[in-house]
Amino acid sequence: MAVAARSAAPPALPALPGSAALSVRAFRCWLVMYRRTWRSSVWSSVFGPLFYLGAMGYGLGSLVDRNGTAALGGVPYVVFVAPAVLGVQAMNSGLNNAMFPVFGGIHWNKIYIAARATVLRPADIYRGHLLFITMRIAMNSACFVVVMAAFGLIRSWWAVLLLPAAVLLGVAFSTPVAAWAVTLQTQTPMNYVIRFGAVPLMLFSGTFFPISQLPAWLRPLAYATPLWHGVALCRGLSLGNTDLGAAAIHVAYLTAMAAVGLWLGARTYRGRLYV
Amino acid sequence: MRMLGCVSPPTSGELTILDGEPVRDGAAIRARLGVVPQEDTLDNELTVRENLLVYGRYFGLSRKLITERTDQLLDFVQLTERAGDQVDPLSGGMKRRLTIARSLINDPDILILDEPTTGLDPQARHVVWDRLFSLKQRGVTLILTTHYMDEAEQLCDRLVVMDHGIIAAEGTPRELIARYSTAEVVELRFAPGQQEDALEKVKDLSPERMEVTADRMLLYASDGDDFLNRVHEAGLRPVTELVRRSTLEDVFLHLTGRTLVD
Repeated sequence: MAVAARSAAPPALPALPGSAALSVRAFRCWLVMYRRTWRSSVWSSVFGPLFYLGAMGYGLGSLVDRNGTAALGGVPYVVFVAPAVLGVQAMNSGLNNAMFPVFGGIHWNKIYIAARATVLRPADIYRGHLLFITMRIAMNSACFVVVMAAFGLIRSWWAVLLLPAAVLLGVAFSTPVAAWAVTLQTQTPMNYVIRFGAVPLMLFSGTFFPISQLPAWLRPLAYATPLWHGVALCRGLSLGNTDLGAAAIHVAYLTAMAAVGLWLGARTYRGRLYV
Repeated sequence: MRMLGCVSPPTSGELTILDGEPVRDGAAIRARLGVVPQEDTLDNELTVRENLLVYGRYFGLSRKLITERTDQLLDFVQLTERAGDQVDPLSGGMKRRLTIARSLINDPDILILDEPTTGLDPQARHVVWDRLFSLKQRGVTLILTTHYMDEAEQLCDRLVVMDHGIIAAEGTPRELIARYSTAEVVELRFAPGQQEDALEKVKDLSPERMEVTADRMLLYASDGDDFLNRVHEAGLRPVTELVRRSTLEDVFLHLTGRTLVD
């Protein structure tokens, strides 16, 4: 070749750090982008759940409490519903952050396409984004827990575990959903997930009324949903009436979901970005 | 180009880059590569500087090193005054120069460019060529795909003509023209309906080679003016006539039987 080479033989290829360090590199890049967009996320992330609490908890609650609160476990409606709203917003945080930004990483702002040309491998891109999603879930949930405490809606010291419980719930949704969203070619399926997935889940997972109010044949369906486990876990911690066995099952279920998602995501990301 | 960039696995055959195998050492090879993709993958909501920061971070460079290299690179691609501006409002040529600057943040050994000046206006193209030529002189290996023959002729030391995934020819631009074409070409256009008769008469003049395309007749000879005179002496009156030197487009036409179509 006529072009002068920089050295006679190519230099040795560099040794690379493991996936954890590479994922952190991807995570830090999401932080740089978040610096620009955080203001627009505050409204829906923080005020959305607050409005729910106000309307359902206090507005509806004043009607419900008049009929007696035995079915709710003897607490005012707002205390019953608050941990469920926490769970729902953790789920929604997990879903929204795992769907649209992931799809956008391929189709809109092409962050994933830019990143895969560098040292990062598809699994690192996935895990780095998950770190950021987890951070967002934790931020939103922390805001809401503070509000719950401020309004005196917490009845137990177990509630110190509310934040990790909400984060676990959000992560249990975000790992598999991100694994799925990266494969999409159009954005319509994501809207279906919200319309036919998240909304029914939110209504029927023991959030606004106890599961005992559902007809007996429907209850097993509710027990199988991850949101029910998350809401039951959060409610138990907030009210202090959970038994450890049940809590362990909830935690195990959510952890298993998160783990399956992680396993899937490494594969779907590779299938989509290294093809 | 994606296989070279180690973002796509080869379906068959062997590929070695920088003494590494893309399937096994892909990430490590990418650490030493720079990539300028055909479509800019810049983040339009970030500033020029932030785009370089984010990309440099992927390679694990320190903040200090990134800042140092950003200043040098923005100067190199002449974007220093726009360093703090958001990327979205920049022109196509500026975005392409930013993509080139970004691809150099990790000081790569090989720079891969996929049609780097497609879609740019002529002035922007010349600025990009100028920068690429300068990079070449610094010793960076450039691998470029293009369908602009002038770009290939100006920039390339070694050229490979590919057709349907097969290498049809390789060599320097001069070598390819000498081997597959004549020194000069006469281009003739005849009035509709007259092309048939003209074709027969021109054949009698025995040009070294002849290509007839939908709208022109290309006649290859070592002395174009002389051949054109003989065309006139044969009584032919083309609507337009042009004598020019051979270019790589003629080489491509000869090898693949087709002109370049966008």
